[in-house]
Amino acid sequence: MSENELMVDARGVRKWFGSNEVLKSISLTIPRGEVLSLLGPSGSGKSTFLRCINHLESIDGGRIYVDDELIGYKQRGDKIHEMKPREIAKQRRKIGMVFQRFNLFPHMTALGNIIDAPIGVNGESKAEATAHARELLERVGLADKADAYPAQLSGGQQQRVAIARALAMKPKLMLFDEPTSALDPELVGDVLDVMRDLAKSGMTMIVVTHEIGFSREVADRMVFMDGGVVVEAGAPRDVLDNPQHPRTQAFLESVL
Amino acid sequence: MTTNVERSTDDDVVAIPLRHPWRWVAAAAVIVVLGLLLNSLWNNENIAKQYIWQFIFDPRILKGVWITLLVTIISMVIATILAIILAIMRMSSNPVLRGVSFLYIWFFRGTPLLVQIVFWGYLGLLYKQISLGVPLTDFHIFAVDTNTLIPAFVGGVIALSLNEAAYAAEIVRAGLLSIDHGQREAAYSLGMGPGYTLRRIILPQSMKVIIPPMGNETISMLKNTSLLAVVAVPELYTASSQISSGNLRQVELLIVASLWYLFITSVLSVPQFYLERYYARGNSRELPPTPFQQLKRAVARMRGRADNRRIAAQAHEEAGA
Repeated sequence: MSENELMVDARGVRKWFGSNEVLKSISLTIPRGEVLSLLGPSGSGKSTFLRCINHLESIDGGRIYVDDELIGYKQRGDKIHEMKPREIAKQRRKIGMVFQRFNLFPHMTALGNIIDAPIGVNGESKAEATAHARELLERVGLADKADAYPAQLSGGQQQRVAIARALAMKPKLMLFDEPTSALDPELVGDVLDVMRDLAKSGMTMIVVTHEIGFSREVADRMVFMDGGVVVEAGAPRDVLDNPQHPRTQAFLESVL
Repeated sequence: MTTNVERSTDDDVVAIPLRHPWRWVAAAAVIVVLGLLLNSLWNNENIAKQYIWQFIFDPRILKGVWITLLVTIISMVIATILAIILAIMRMSSNPVLRGVSFLYIWFFRGTPLLVQIVFWGYLGLLYKQISLGVPLTDFHIFAVDTNTLIPAFVGGVIALSLNEAAYAAEIVRAGLLSIDHGQREAAYSLGMGPGYTLRRIILPQSMKVIIPPMGNETISMLKNTSLLAVVAVPELYTASSQISSGNLRQVELLIVASLWYLFITSVLSVPQFYLERYYARGNSRELPPTPFQQLKRAVARMRGRADNRRIAAQAHEEAGA
């Protein structure tokens, strides 16, 4: 596989929180168009790894390339320089992220949430951004909620607006950090439907999730992490039905 | 012993309300005391009420009201801008900026406002001239006498705004800290830079925490302008005490000044209400009604009640017939 077919190329990523090593040399490659499901017990480092990919967390070792660009640092000769906030912001524009707690902007309507970054950051015209935002709201099934404030929406609706907001920046890669963990069980389905459609459209996605059924159906590959290392990776069917490592077996027994 | 009370589940509760006699006693006692107090003031021979009416719209008093308002507004605007800068400095990762902001707040909160006002009045003793030029050389672009550049009014505004900024900085900082960290992360993940995030996402949300205490501060500021009497700024209190030193009607003129302070305070609460309402959008499912909306609803309710009475009367008549 040649370099430019990879959307994400993480090489030996290490991360410390104080004296606690949370990522112990993670190496993962994600080809364009792949849906990768990240599985693991809490504290395994899967969310931290996700946040390193768009540099919400800085890394202490290794390199992360997204779309052939080194994330968060500049390489000059054999030296690595920290990037300016403006340059990091520019890199993040092509990486969408969806959070467990939605993090919609409560002082803006659903439409306002979606159009703010395209206008203010990408310099789109208001008409252009609004038209695109309405398309996206339609796509996530919330065309009638454009003028609602987040507090007037259910959790599932908020999360779908959050997905539309991330998509409005026309990202090449989408990161999902436990997108359904804060939702009531009956609201999970709508959010997963939106993610399923997105996967079908060819979006490259990394999904940290406990939704085993969704991973089995939608993910091309599954990675099981524990204690800051990748324990096992493979097709979801193989990992779920025939786990090789005892830690994977123990985890799956406890959640299934 | 059993009594044969019929147990029913679907009756409306038509209970005789509990009486609260002591509520009436307490209310009556408070009203009597208040009435005695007001009576003693109103019928006090030592207060000549005609002086209050005579001076309340006196041009000197009105000019004082205008200057008080002007000082309050200018000082609050300068203080708010300074406060935002100080709050951001205080939360910066640059230790020098953090330290300077801390020292500023420490100094201006730690010394009395009156002392600061007098100090700015005496600035001319400390620096005879203020000049703009190249430091450590004799080259000056301009140089003016300190007392010409900073008359009492300007000195007063500087003193009030620098002092207020120290308090307001802590209010702004509390507002900024009240915003969930996820908001900043969401903004960053959308490719927003730190400045844009602060302006569009963090500050507008902080406003709902910042505005109520800043309303308090504005009212404090309004009253603190009276301290400028010591540097002879002709604001409301100075104006009233100058008049009373001529006619020896101190109490009457204090009442005149107090009535104006109360009036301005009441008027200032109106913009505060609308500002709070504006920044509360999206935070509660329904915004609090404006006074106009309350009026409309009250009228609608009264109409509804009148309609009900009419309908009831009609029904009664028909039943009678």
